[in-house]
Amino acid sequence: MNAIAAIEPAHASAQRLRERAFHGATFVAALLVLGLLGGVAFALLIGAWPALGHFKLGFLTSQVWNPVTERFGALAPIYGTLVTSFLALLLAIPVSFGIAIFLTEMAPVWLKRPIGVAIELLAAVPSIIYGIWGLFVLAPVLQRHVQPWLIEWLGPLPLIGHLFQGPPYGIGILTASFVLSIMVIPFISAVMRDVFETVPDVLKESGYGLGATTWEVIWQVVVPYARTGIIGGVMLGLGRALGETMAVTFVIGNAHRIGSSLLAPGTTISAAIANEFAEAVGDLYTSALIALGALLFLITFTVIAAARLMLMRLGRKALSNV
Amino acid sequence: MSRRTIRKLINVTALGLSGLATAIGLFFLGAILWTLLRNGLAGMSVQLFTAMTPPPGSSGGLLNAIYGSVVMTLIGILIGGPIGVLAGTYLAEYGRTAPISTVIRFVNDVLLSEPSIIVGLFVYELLVVRMGHFSAIAGAVALAIIAIPVTVRTTEDMLYLVPQGMKDASTAMGAYQWRTITSVIYPAARSGIVTGLLLAVARISGETAPLLFTALNNQFWSSNLAAPIANLPVVIFQFALSPYPNWQQLAWSGALLITVSILVLSIAARFVVSSLDAGGRS
Repeated sequence: MNAIAAIEPAHASAQRLRERAFHGATFVAALLVLGLLGGVAFALLIGAWPALGHFKLGFLTSQVWNPVTERFGALAPIYGTLVTSFLALLLAIPVSFGIAIFLTEMAPVWLKRPIGVAIELLAAVPSIIYGIWGLFVLAPVLQRHVQPWLIEWLGPLPLIGHLFQGPPYGIGILTASFVLSIMVIPFISAVMRDVFETVPDVLKESGYGLGATTWEVIWQVVVPYARTGIIGGVMLGLGRALGETMAVTFVIGNAHRIGSSLLAPGTTISAAIANEFAEAVGDLYTSALIALGALLFLITFTVIAAARLMLMRLGRKALSNV
Repeated sequence: MSRRTIRKLINVTALGLSGLATAIGLFFLGAILWTLLRNGLAGMSVQLFTAMTPPPGSSGGLLNAIYGSVVMTLIGILIGGPIGVLAGTYLAEYGRTAPISTVIRFVNDVLLSEPSIIVGLFVYELLVVRMGHFSAIAGAVALAIIAIPVTVRTTEDMLYLVPQGMKDASTAMGAYQWRTITSVIYPAARSGIVTGLLLAVARISGETAPLLFTALNNQFWSSNLAAPIANLPVVIFQFALSPYPNWQQLAWSGALLITVSILVLSIAARFVVSSLDAGGRS
């Protein structure tokens, strides 16, 4: 019946109309995705304009952040963002690498899936949970047991000693880095695992055939083959660490200064915004915070775009869950 | 030591460290869940679900915050879900090979990883400044924007899995492409699309940063979408950082509620695929 109806001219034109409408709707939705990114950049620039116009380049080079005198400089949050993210990656990369190795090369088949799922669940836990856990559980532990030890043993060292001096606050740059590293481990290890799984078996078997140990196959066959993907995964983790807000806000102490010690409180771009935005009085204050957001957008966009370009080569199938 | 022994030793050490790394990852997952359970269960009571957020010192619950979170998450997925599915459909079907699709895929991947606080600031500029005040609808829009890239990605991936033969069969019957997509491809990819939507809901229901500048908070019951609304993440944020023990207790209970719902959603999303697929085949 439908086959006959389809030949009827009126029916056919109605079909064509629906076809065009549906095609159009999907296209508009796809364009909307494109427009989102542009819209975000544009809106942030508009919002940041008053502050950027007022402080010019001084916004990037000044450490002063004084809402009372309305003088704002972004150096302390920039410093905090970069240092916490760097330290977080320093801690997270080896652990993520180990997890990826364990999941792809060592774990028996029956163990792979449950552990893989458990690590992915760690990625699903919202960041505010890491924050509240970091503040009430991790910070006191670090304050009582880890930081006094760091101060005693690393504090007197030349060159790096000043990084570990001062009172053990519990909260601060180091604690924030620690929480961040726990947060990015699931992301980095998931990408690394997916990348390792793209290594052809025949390459690994050739290595084993030559008498290599498991580790030698990993280090000399798997890692070189997967190098771009590994770097891409690490940069994806970096993008996440740079922009992470709630977990950091809880434990960093929110002090707009650049302390010489890693144990001292500091702030990051996102923590400053989250903490102060709702209470910001005056257009210049709000605009300065949005300027911080624009800065964060610029940094994370660069990092994420680079990461995505590196991962693109691998094809999208392998990375469907990140 | 012979060279052979050294190589074996390095091998055992490296693999041992990998196992240790995995143990560390699992340890932190366990530690976080255990803390949540211990502190959160202590505050579980009927009152949690029937009373409003209290002033410091008196007892209360989280009813208005739970309601606000559910409402904003639902509106968020109702806005973001269809847009995401349609855009994913364009990328997988109509525009599969179009040059613009390459750009859109790339932009979508970037959006997927952009910090959510940026989205909050965007919606603040877009809606809150225009309306002159914080509102539930602004919060829902922020959540929708976060849900879109997740849905686009999963929808596109899932539509690729539908066998070409099924599409060809439909086209051969004389069906237009919209008919093929809605009557053949969507049903075939149903479980995958539902999984994507569930993952998107899991993702947005714990988001805090974007709500700080859009929905803000409200100490009282509010069902007005144009007014600030209470929501679990922001309540947890404010209560946890307060010096009042009863507020901190509520923050822990709220944290447990959110985490359990998200973990259940994430695990459910994994099972939807297998169960719906099995149902479709039998």
